[in-house]
Amino acid sequence: MKYALYTGCVAKGAGRELLTSTYALAGKLGIELVELKNVSCCGAGVITEENPELADALNARTFAIAEEQGLNILNICGTCQGVMKKAQAHLDNDEDYKDKINETLKEGGHEYKGTVKIKHLLTVLTEDLGLSSLRNKVTVSLDGLKVAPFYGCYLLRPFETSDLDDPDNPTAIEVLTEALGGTSIDYEGKLKCCGFPYLMMKKKQSITMAGNHIASAKKEGADCMVTPCPLCQLSLDPYQPESAKEIGQKLDIPILHLPQLVGLAMGLKPKELGMQKHVVSTNKITAKIGC
Amino acid sequence: MSETTFKIQRFNPEKDKETYFQEFKLEIPKGATLLDCLNLIKWTQDGTLTFRMSCRSAICGSCSVRANGHAVLACKTQASSVAQNDQVTIKPLGNMEIIKDLAVDLTEFWKKVEAIKPWLMPDEKKETQTTERTQSVEEFLKIDKASTCIMCSSCYSDCCSMAVDKSFLGPTALAKAQRFVEDSRDKETISRIKELSEDAGIWDCTHCGECSQRCPTEAKPLDRIVSLRTVALNSGVTNNYGARHAKAFVKSIKSSGILNENTIPVASMGFFNIPGLLSLIPVGIRMFLKGKNPPLIHHPMQELDDVKRIFKKFEEK
Ligand code: FES
Repeated sequence: MKYALYTGCVAKGAGRELLTSTYALAGKLGIELVELKNVSCCGAGVITEENPELADALNARTFAIAEEQGLNILNICGTCQGVMKKAQAHLDNDEDYKDKINETLKEGGHEYKGTVKIKHLLTVLTEDLGLSSLRNKVTVSLDGLKVAPFYGCYLLRPFETSDLDDPDNPTAIEVLTEALGGTSIDYEGKLKCCGFPYLMMKKKQSITMAGNHIASAKKEGADCMVTPCPLCQLSLDPYQPESAKEIGQKLDIPILHLPQLVGLAMGLKPKELGMQKHVVSTNKITAKIGC
Repeated sequence: MSETTFKIQRFNPEKDKETYFQEFKLEIPKGATLLDCLNLIKWTQDGTLTFRMSCRSAICGSCSVRANGHAVLACKTQASSVAQNDQVTIKPLGNMEIIKDLAVDLTEFWKKVEAIKPWLMPDEKKETQTTERTQSVEEFLKIDKASTCIMCSSCYSDCCSMAVDKSFLGPTALAKAQRFVEDSRDKETISRIKELSEDAGIWDCTHCGECSQRCPTEAKPLDRIVSLRTVALNSGVTNNYGARHAKAFVKSIKSSGILNENTIPVASMGFFNIPGLLSLIPVGIRMFLKGKNPPLIHHPMQELDDVKRIFKKFEEK
């Protein structure tokens, strides 16, 4: 199994433990990753606001570069995944538009053909690799660990371009958690917005939003939350002390990146997964599963 | 055919202190909508069950309720499609006060729609206008989608931003605003977009996409909000936190291909926004101590020239 890894900006910035844990996990699972280094930011839904065609052109360029290598794209950021799939739909649904965008890429020597598949690590694990294969590789069962999945908006909506089978009622993180021996819990905030997009601008609203979701996971007995989006992680983890204060509740729920949770079950050490970098300590959960 | 349990949230302000659930069992007739089922329950089991309806044809927008947690137009939803394991939970819409059972108070909702001045403001004086105000097909298509809104308030109900800030104008009013901002016959585009860029306006949306997902028409509020932001950014209405953030983001990508997380927070806050900048310090320290801060030296992407070239091409256009 070989993919073109699109790291996204956060995994190179404030969420480097996501990249660390992705590589550690891929090594364990025999997934070969070729990091795309000559590609730009996906635009995170922001560039498209200023200039939709520019945003599509930048993404088309990324797709073309993966196609040139004969590889499908693997995303580790839910936001990148959602943004790219939307851009791909714009291109694939309108030949004339695709030609027009390709005209822009031509000078750089690229052409988007439309053959590349764009997948998030979550579906690479649950679909390409498969749950039974994962189950066989578990060395540290997550037995007794209650995991609250936090999907993140972009992996779910719009449904039409979602990577998930049933984005209105997703079960991918749940079945994955169970395959690793853990227990997944259902809670109010599971499919909601983490508040990250306006964290810098409307902090009070944003941290309230995040706080409410963490509190609802805690209420259902979660030991930790896990998310396939590093932006959600940024909003739920480093700001958790502020969220707790804002909503007037004690919050102490570790927020794991998806490959960290899977990595633990595969016998990787917390340090190899960059878990010491979290603001909310993950010691309680690593002690619980004995690693 | 098996019976389906309808778990319906009830509340009568004259006798109940709190809301509670009541279960009704019903065999869903073939092809019945959720509204048909609510009517059957009302007619045959409990006449006091309160909900709104009128057209039964997805036109009037009065029958929205929440089925299994999400807003739906009851008359446009097949009951069988929302029944999971022979059960469906029905609640009133969110983000609004309950009047009785499934009927919510729409006062604030309508106030916000009115606040965006939902009428055409052409520059000609009525008295001197002698010809029709025509539009080309292209001009009409810009506002076509927003005009399909039936004011059902489904998007308003499920808006995540509204859930934490009731002052937010919300998806319905903003979608309606786009219909006027981008109407070729309207002459108040700039003043409208300026007002909409204020606090609680277009930049208070988090992009979560719930509104468009729950919208039963083509209005798709998120797309309309994005469209309004594009108008704001391209007409120079940028002296506000939202536009500043968007501008700083695009600039960062243009200069290094990938986001520089060290400069974005400062640029979004505004360089002279001292309290805003100070508020970044605690989380900054917390992240720094754990090594979770972005690298201090920001490395641009490889082959940046090609990306810069693409940016330039679009700027020339
Ligand atoms: S009753 Fe009119 S829209 Fe449903």
